[in-house]
Amino acid sequence: MELLAFGKTGWGDELFYATLMTLAVSITAMLIGFFFALIFTPLKLSKHKSLNLIGNFYTTVIRGVPELLVIYLFFFGGSGAIMFVASMFGYYEYIEINAFITGSFAIGIISGAYSTEVFRGAIQSIDKGQFEASKVLGIKKHIQFYKIILPQMLRLAIPNLSNVWQITLKDTSLISVTGLVEIMRQSYIAAGSTRDPLFFYSFAAVLYLLLTYLSMKLINKLEVKYSRGF
Amino acid sequence: MDFELMIGSFPKLLSATVITLKLLSLSLFFGLFIGLLFAILRMNKNPIVNKFAYGYSYVFRGTPLLVQIFIIYFGLGQIEYLRSTFLWVILKEPYWCAIIAFALNTGAYTSEILRSAFQTIKPGLIEAGKSLGIPNKVIFYKIQIPIAIKQSLPAYGNEIILMLKGTSLASTVTLMDLTGVAKYIISTTFKPIEVFIVAGGIYLFMTFCVHNLIKFLEKKYGYQT
Repeated sequence: MELLAFGKTGWGDELFYATLMTLAVSITAMLIGFFFALIFTPLKLSKHKSLNLIGNFYTTVIRGVPELLVIYLFFFGGSGAIMFVASMFGYYEYIEINAFITGSFAIGIISGAYSTEVFRGAIQSIDKGQFEASKVLGIKKHIQFYKIILPQMLRLAIPNLSNVWQITLKDTSLISVTGLVEIMRQSYIAAGSTRDPLFFYSFAAVLYLLLTYLSMKLINKLEVKYSRGF
Repeated sequence: MDFELMIGSFPKLLSATVITLKLLSLSLFFGLFIGLLFAILRMNKNPIVNKFAYGYSYVFRGTPLLVQIFIIYFGLGQIEYLRSTFLWVILKEPYWCAIIAFALNTGAYTSEILRSAFQTIKPGLIEAGKSLGIPNKVIFYKIQIPIAIKQSLPAYGNEIILMLKGTSLASTVTLMDLTGVAKYIISTTFKPIEVFIVAGGIYLFMTFCVHNLIKFLEKKYGYQT
C-alpha cells in the first residue's frame, strides 16, 4: 500500500494525475471525433457519388487500420507536416508539437470514424415521414435539423455513442507509446523504478475499469433522460 | 512521395504480415474455445459460476488490451513460483504472452457474442427436440450450437477484424509483426506517410478479405431474413 502513498514516497498522486490526463485526452479526442463526424456524416448521406466516396474512404480506412499505426503516423509525421506548412510561409525552425495534441488528434480521428457510423445509422433510422412533414409545414432546413431530427437522433445514437466512448477511452492507452504521461505511461514508469510491474499494471487495469464503470453509470442516466416519452 | 521506399519496404512488410496472421489465427482459435466455455458458464443457473463468467468478460472488455498484454508479459514473470514451473517456458516468450493475452481478450468478446446468440434461439426449437425424446446433450450439440454459430456470424466477423487490428499491439512487446516492422522502417527513414500507405494497405486488404469471407459464409449458412 505504501507504493500508492501520496507525496514523494509513493506513486498515488502521480497515478491520480495520470488518470486525469487519460480522462482529458479521452474527452478531447471524443470532441475532435464529433467534429469529424459533423463533417463526414453529411458526406456519407449525400446524394453525390463523389462526396459519398470521400465519406466512405474515411470510415473504411480508419476502421480497417490498427489504431497503433495511425498513432505512429501522427507521432512521426505530425511535426513534419506542420513544418512543411510552416516552410511555405517562410518559417524553417524546428517545430515540436505537444504529445497531448498529437495524441488526442490521432485518437480523435479514430473515434470520429466510429461516431460517423453511429450518426449515419441514427439519422437513417428516423422515419422518413418526419422529414416530409417538416418540409410540408415549411420549416426551414436548419431548424428542422436542430428541433426535429437532432432530438430524435440523439435518443437513437446515445447507446451506440457510449460504445464509442468506451473504445476511445481504451484507445488512449496506446498514446503511451508517444510518451504522454497517462495511466499506462505512468504505470510503466512506476513499474520500471520499483520493479513491481504486476502490481502497477494490475492497478492500471483497476483504474480503467473504474473509469469505464463510472462513465457507463453517467451515460445510462443520459439515456434515460433522452428516451423520455418512449 | 518516395516511391522507391514504398516498393523497397513492401517485401519486408509482407514477410512481417506472416507473423501478424499467425498471431491472429492462433489467438482466434484459442479464443473461440474460451468464448464457448464462458458462454456456457454464463448460462449456468448457479449464481457463483454465472457471476464468475460475467466478471471475466467485464474485466477483459473494460480494460485496454495493452494493459492485459503488459500484465501477462511483464507482470507474471515477477511471481517466483511461476518461474519454477513448466509454464515459464511459455511465459518467457513474448510470442506466447501476446497470444495468451489476445486469446483471453477475444474470448471475452466471443463469449458475449455467443451468449446473446444462444439467448435468441427460440425456446420452441429446444422444446421440440425434447418432445422428440432427444437427449439434452444432443440437443445442445446438434441444435443449439449450430444455430448459435449461424446467428453470431456477422458479430464474429467484426470481432475478427477488431482482433486483426489488436495484433498490432504485439509490437509493444518486442515482436516484429506488421506494425512493428512498419514502426522500425518509419523510425529509421522518417518517411511516415509512405510506410503508412503500404502497411495500411496490407491491413485494409486483410480486413477486406475477412469481410468478404464472412459475407460469403453468411450467404451460405446464415438465415435469410
